[in-house]
Formats: sequence, structure tokens, C-alpha cells
Amino acid sequence: MSATLLQFVFAGLTVGAIYALIALGFSLIYNASHLINFAQGEFVMLGGLATVFLFAAGLPLPLAAFVSILAAALVGVALYLFGIAPAKGATAVGLIIITIGASILLKGLAGVVFDRNFHTLPPISGEEPLVIAGATLAPQSLWIFGVTALVALLLWLFFARTLWGKAMLAAAFNPLAAELVGVDPRRVVLASFALAGALGALAGYLITPLAPTHFQVGTMLGLKGFAAAIVGGLGSGPGAIVGGLVVGLAESLAAGYLSSAYKDAIAFIIILLVLVLRPSGLFGAKTIERV
Amino acid sequence: MSAILSGRHGGLLLLALVLALLPLAFPSTYALDVLTNVGIAAIVCVGLNLLIGYAGQISLGHAGFFGIGAYSSAILVTNEGWPPLLAMLTGMALSGALAFAVARPILALRGHYLAMATLGLGIIVSIVLSQEVALTGGPDGMPVDPFTVAGFELATPRAWYVTVALSLLVVTWLALNLVDSPIGRALRAVHGAEIAARVCGVDTAGYKVMVFVLSAVIASYAGSLYAHFAGWLTPDEAGFLRSIQFVTMVVLGGMASTYGAIVGAALLTALPQFLTVFHDYEQVMLGAVMMATMIFLPRGLVPTLAARLGRREG
Repeated sequence: MSATLLQFVFAGLTVGAIYALIALGFSLIYNASHLINFAQGEFVMLGGLATVFLFAAGLPLPLAAFVSILAAALVGVALYLFGIAPAKGATAVGLIIITIGASILLKGLAGVVFDRNFHTLPPISGEEPLVIAGATLAPQSLWIFGVTALVALLLWLFFARTLWGKAMLAAAFNPLAAELVGVDPRRVVLASFALAGALGALAGYLITPLAPTHFQVGTMLGLKGFAAAIVGGLGSGPGAIVGGLVVGLAESLAAGYLSSAYKDAIAFIIILLVLVLRPSGLFGAKTIERV
Repeated sequence: MSAILSGRHGGLLLLALVLALLPLAFPSTYALDVLTNVGIAAIVCVGLNLLIGYAGQISLGHAGFFGIGAYSSAILVTNEGWPPLLAMLTGMALSGALAFAVARPILALRGHYLAMATLGLGIIVSIVLSQEVALTGGPDGMPVDPFTVAGFELATPRAWYVTVALSLLVVTWLALNLVDSPIGRALRAVHGAEIAARVCGVDTAGYKVMVFVLSAVIASYAGSLYAHFAGWLTPDEAGFLRSIQFVTMVVLGGMASTYGAIVGAALLTALPQFLTVFHDYEQVMLGAVMMATMIFLPRGLVPTLAARLGRREG
């Protein structure tokens, strides 16, 4: 493998892991409530910006990140309690507009509460890049791979091994049946919004040292994460991870070999191809609609 | 009032009356500019409402077609010296052709997948527009020459207002006729129960393609008007947020209500003008208004009000 190619692969996997974390948030909420949360990208922005400002206020970096992730989880809970839960009569399009409205509102608030400049953070450990077969890899990328893998493992353990996780799966599969055996679907949806907020903020904190953050950075990151979730199959956990990596790699390789100007278009071209050729995504179950 | 609104021609008459009286009530140049922008957005929304409200197919990418129309006019007239009318028709043909080419595979999708596909399409168009710097001037935008027809130039705010108001009347008339025709019934059948409609012999795919192409052509027409009216064009006009604005206008005013689409366009275009008093909180207010309307008026303004008045909206 040539050094250039390897370099593009490293870059693609790094940003792909970030997309994967965002896509996991989309899938969690989709599973719990069959809702697409267009405000998902704003959690990423919040995670990055809040950490920047808490760190600047003197908090140690890990604590600043932890508080930001917690705050984003609370914002997720608030979004559900004040935006989604009261909208009982809303149609699917109405719910999409509510989350888009929330996204505009959060962006606006961030512009006021924080500021409208670009910010960056110091990496978790060291700036000195590793050299592997002629290509360089920032230590932050290793952190991103490690944390994403850990998150995937924890989520798998959570859903496969804990009662709470199984309750969430049950409520996603059949809310009425789950309610009959004592699972409160409202709490399940609430938990999914909190988790999605935390995952988004984690992604925002991790990527900020490599790509400066800004109050408007959420829109594109959110859409790419959504793209990753669709590529992998909406609602599928492994699908979200693979989808994120596929979108990240394709974007990086296309930027390197085809045209860097059209880097942002790649994710959407993949989406159109996947949707037309295999609408359920790479990992999604084929569904048969009952009439 | 609701009695007038319920008849087809009565409603059109009322719309014509309102459009004629508005410039008398708000004669300033600034107000006419805002009203013209409202009219342009309303034209897009009347078309988009046919797709979203009647056929039940969402599009999060219609600003893409608006942008194709706008940039066709801008590039062909300003750079190539074409007559504006011909450029406008070319834009409409381009938008229609693109919509037709993608319609069948895209409209076979449903719900969130359709939303994502149309969103992707719109974003790709806006990325192309901002990257082809030699042709479009890139993200900074490009100037657009004025609209001239047979030596007559649309220059004054009043002339623009009249042109856009007449266009809106014609488009509304077309939409109302279409909704009341067998095609309109077929579209509503697609919305209500697509498979049942197909079983009854309705060519559901064909109708969906038709209304998608129609709404794209209308959006392109409005885009061309906008380009000449504004005189300066940036890729933001074709962007994701613009698409969202159009959909929000339709849903805010009330889906499956042609007048609702116009009301929604008016509110959402005029709203930012009032929100400027909130300075930094403008975006916050816009987001809050979008959320609050969908939470408290899930069916949109016009159908909710019409229901309150005890009549069904036509």
C-alpha cells in the first residue's frame, strides 16, 4: 500500500469513526421512537464548543469533556420532553420539522451563549504524529479509534447483557408488548435521547483537536452521520459503525484521488446509490409491509 | 369569510383582491420588496404543496430546483447574453429533466428514506453550484442582469410586485384546478393508501413522477424570477436551509391546503423581518416558532383555523 493511500485511509477512518458515533445516535433514537432527529449534529457542536469554553474557564480537559457530554445528554432529554413528547398530533413530517426547528434553535443559542468564532482544543495526548509505513497518524486518531471501539463494545454489552438494554430493545421491537411486561416506553425514548446526546457530544469533543469547531458545524456533521446511518441500515448498531467508516473512507479517498472540491458531495452520492440499489442499507433487515 | 374561502373561484378572487390591496396598504419600497419575496416563496410552496400536501411525498431538496432555475437565468443571461425568457424556460426544462430522471427510483422510497434521498439530491446541486466557481462565482455568488422582455425592463419594485403577484395567481389557479381534477383525486388516493390506489388501477408511480416534475418546474420558475429580482445570487439559495424553509412554509400553513401554502410562505418570509429586532436571538426565535407551531398546530394554520370556523378547507 502506498504511503499516500495509507494516509487517505487513516484520515478516512478517523472521520469515519466520528460519523459512526453520530450515526449510532440516529439509530438509537430511531429504534426507540421511529424518529429521525435532525438536531443530532447540534449535540456534536455542543460537545465541542462547551468543552472549549469550560476548558478555557480553567477546568481540566477530561472534566470539561465529561461535563459537556453530560450537558448534551440533558439537552437531549430536554429536546424530548419539551419538543417531541408534547407533539402528540404531529405527523412524521411535523416531527422532522420539530427536530429541525430544535436544531436551528440550538445553533442560535450556541451563537449567543458561546460565540461565533472557530475554536480548537489540545489533543488528548501529544501532538507528535506516529509514522507508519511513510504515512502519519495523529495520536488523537488513535484515541478516536479506541474510544469508538469502546463505545461500540459498551453499547453491545448494554443491549445484550443488561435488563435496561433488553427493555429498550423490547420497546423498540413492540412498544405495546413491552409495556404489558412493565417497560415504560416513554422512559426508553428518554434514555435514547440522553444516550444520543452524549454520543454526539463525545464525537464533538474528540474531533475538535483535528477539525476546529464553530457554532454552525453541526449541520454538515449531522447530515453525514445520518448518511452513515442510512448506508449501514437505519436502526442497526453494527450498521452505524460500518456505515460511518464507509462514508468516511469514501469521502477521504474521493477527496484525495478525484476532487477535493466535491468531498462533501461524496456522502450524498453514496446515499443516493445505496437508497436506489439497496434501500434497507447494508445491514438493515428487509421489511415486508403489511397492507 | 370562510364561505368565500371554501369556493374555488371565490378563493382565487379573494387572493387576487388581497394581492391588489397589499401594495396600497404597504406602499413603501421596502414593503414591496418583502411582498415580492413572499410571492416568490409562495409560488414554490404552492407547487411543493401538491407534492407534500396532496401526494404525501416529502422533499427536503426543492431548493435544488429553485437554484437550478436561478442559476440557469443568471449564467445564461448575464454570462451568455441570452434573452431572459428563453433562459428561464431552459432552466425549467433542465429542472424538469433532472426531476424526471431521478423521480422513479427516488419516489419508490418512503418516509425517512425519501426525505434523505431528496435531501441528498438538493445538497449535491448546491455543492455543484458553489464549486463550479468559473461558471457560478462560487460561494461569493454572482450578479444577475435585470429581466427584460421585448425591450421592456422590469426595474421598479412595483413592476416586480405585479409580475410576481400575477405569477402567483396563475400558479394557484393551476394548482387548484389540478387538485379538483381526476389527477388530484388520484394524488390524494396515493397519499391515503398507495397500495389500495394501485389495486384500483391508479398508476401511482406515474402520478408521483408527474407531480414531482411539476413542482420542480414551478420551483425553477420561481428561482429564475428570484435571480433577476435580487440581482445577486449565492449558492445558499439552493442550500439545505432553503429547502427546509420551503417545507416548513408548506407545513406551517397547512398541508393539502393551497392557500395554507401561501399563508405559510408569507409568515415565514415576513417573520425574519420582524425578528431582526431580536438581533442575536433571531435564529433562536425562528427555531422556537417552528417547534411551537408543529406542537400546538400540528395540522398547520389554515386547516386548524378553518376547522375552528366550522368549515372544511377546500
